[in-house]
Amino acid sequence: MNLTFNDEERMVIELARDFAENELAPIAESIDQEKRVPIEALRKMQELGLLGLMIPEEYGGAGVRTSCYAQVIEELARVCAAVAIVLSVHNSVGAYPILRFGSEEQKQKYMPKLAGDWIGAFCLSEAASGSDASALELKAKRDGDDYVLDGSKLWVTNGSIANLYLVMAKTADVPDKPHRGISAFLVEKDTPGLIVGKLEDKMGLRGSDTAEIQFDGCRVPASALVSEEGVGFKIAMQALDNGRIGVGSQAVGIARGALEEAIKYAKERVAFGRPIAEHQAVQFKLADMETEISAARNLVRRAAWLKDSDQPHGKEAAMAKLYASEMAHRVVHQAVQIHGGAGYIKEYPVERYYRDQRITEIYEGTSEMQRIVIGRAVIAE
Amino acid sequence: MDFALTDEQQMIRDTARDFAERELVPNAPKWDQNREFPKEAIGKLAELGFLGMMVDPQWDGGGMDSVSYALAIEEISRGCASTGVIMSVNNSLVCDPLERFGTDEQKEKFLKPLASGQKLGSYCLTEPMAGSDAGATKTTAVRDGDDWIVNGVKIFVTNGAYADTFVVYASTDPAQKTRGISAFVIEMERDGVSVGTREKTMGIRGSCTSEIIFENVRIPDSHKLGEENKGFKVAMITLNGGRIGIAAQALGIAQAAFERSIEYAKTRQQFDQPIANFQAIQFKLADMATKIDAARLLTLEAAHLKDRGEDYSMAAAKAKLMASRVSVEVADDAIQIHGGYGYVEEYHVERHFRDAKITELYEGTSEIQRIVIGRGVTK
Repeated sequence: MNLTFNDEERMVIELARDFAENELAPIAESIDQEKRVPIEALRKMQELGLLGLMIPEEYGGAGVRTSCYAQVIEELARVCAAVAIVLSVHNSVGAYPILRFGSEEQKQKYMPKLAGDWIGAFCLSEAASGSDASALELKAKRDGDDYVLDGSKLWVTNGSIANLYLVMAKTADVPDKPHRGISAFLVEKDTPGLIVGKLEDKMGLRGSDTAEIQFDGCRVPASALVSEEGVGFKIAMQALDNGRIGVGSQAVGIARGALEEAIKYAKERVAFGRPIAEHQAVQFKLADMETEISAARNLVRRAAWLKDSDQPHGKEAAMAKLYASEMAHRVVHQAVQIHGGAGYIKEYPVERYYRDQRITEIYEGTSEMQRIVIGRAVIAE
Repeated sequence: MDFALTDEQQMIRDTARDFAERELVPNAPKWDQNREFPKEAIGKLAELGFLGMMVDPQWDGGGMDSVSYALAIEEISRGCASTGVIMSVNNSLVCDPLERFGTDEQKEKFLKPLASGQKLGSYCLTEPMAGSDAGATKTTAVRDGDDWIVNGVKIFVTNGAYADTFVVYASTDPAQKTRGISAFVIEMERDGVSVGTREKTMGIRGSCTSEIIFENVRIPDSHKLGEENKGFKVAMITLNGGRIGIAAQALGIAQAAFERSIEYAKTRQQFDQPIANFQAIQFKLADMATKIDAARLLTLEAAHLKDRGEDYSMAAAKAKLMASRVSVEVADDAIQIHGGYGYVEEYHVERHFRDAKITELYEGTSEIQRIVIGRGVTK
């Protein structure tokens, strides 16, 4: 057991922390209010090598371990949860599935770009298919050397800024086992028939874009298929295992940001003749917040370590995501409570943290889906 | 970042688990029902080297690290929570301060037999009017020539009637409160030491929680542990380590309740299927598993920090706070999953529930842990 980072990892984490403090802190509030994707900040992250963090060095990425990546996401989310999810989606469900399942040709073609100035996105959910992913209806029909995609995807993070979309589509109807008819395709932004639809107006994470993506006779070559036909569901599930580590880290970061704001406020705010931090009612809340954050961080790191050491980590990633997101809910709730009325106005960042946190319990598998994953695993053990 | 256990750590955990399965699981219900101290099992734990696990081999200890210790306490407590606390007290609250603060002479005389398990130790801090507020200690030690005369009553002494050696905290300068407390080593056989009431505790009924009375007990100055009036520091540093032990005990209780729940849920049929098939049950099991893992990782983290020689007081407080709460919650859920059967002795989880509660109280209540953590984050 060694729960420390090596020197190189510490440097990357410090770089991320400095970037968050210097570049994200000044814009976090305005991008939220203006509902604006901070494309200039994302470009800087690309230049610093922060965006292609987990892409191996041979493709021009930083090639850091998942545990380091998780800590970077935490550092960013502590200041700006919206930018943290861009990074998480880009790496966990954008680049990783290509690395894990893609052909050498696909890796050579896309990895250097994703380590450079491209951004990735992941298209799974549809109007009638959320948690029940195998019920998706977007079709990919073989036509000579091509596939033609028809249908519509929802909730696509990075939807309007992405250059490359990993799209889950139905290539066959398999009665009773619909997941076996799902395949994954890599679709470039400029492909005719790929249309960026409505941008959602969200409660939180307003600095990240969430789009509907339509595929209207969208023709891609057979070489766009990742792995084989029928493997798409497996690719999506493994991508989500990975994504859960990212979202878990994001939740830890949001909670930590909210706790730090709460501590700062509690030390300044005087009531009944002393700072409210000296009242046990407040101090005990802070103690619980701190404890739960540490617990969640350990769960995230354990899942990351399992992944890094090529061990099964589906259950552990689900635990990390479930606990971290619900922990963040409790922590931001208490951070607002400690701020009193001040926590309800936009002048104090906890109002934003409160809204940002809420999605972590929903996307990349709702808490209910995590409980299904964990529950099934513990019964089978 | 590496969460892997070493081969030695895994071996210790496996040894503890085998021992618990063989010697503790079959007997724990009986010890609980009869309030019977597991004297024989403690003797066998001594043979395994589990009573002075972290003590340097020079003093007849096992020379193992804190991570191994936490793993072992969890496994032992999974089998029997009473045995877990007996072991934790001897290791954390007696051997640890003796090794940390004792002179070589004291180590030779007191630590060796405790670490090897020839003798059993205990820790006397709490008094009727001094629980969380240890500065209110009324027991006194007054100098008399080269000796000290100790008078007072200690309560909630784990291993009480079965202990041979006590680490006793007494006021040597009452006006100075916490700055006037000193630690002493006192043997049970010494004149003036007697066992008072044995408490009828709700849980951990196989362990013995007693009142220990000190009436004009004369001890030489060589029994003073650490510096005069620095006993509060000895007590606090000792309790930091103790919290890892209790967190691990809480985890063992939770793990036992959790495993029994899974087993029950898979066999119990309702509405023509095992209740494990219902999301209402599955989701409880998922939450139980997640919380146990979260608490276990905090506990191992605290132990790991201790092994690295880093400050672990906050980490130990977090581990103890969380693991004890998780233990109570998981044991409560375990009863719920068992339905009416959970309420009867035969199904064990009612014992786990009673055993779990003490972990939120002793070696620093949850409220004291929150004070430690709250002060830590606001300083």
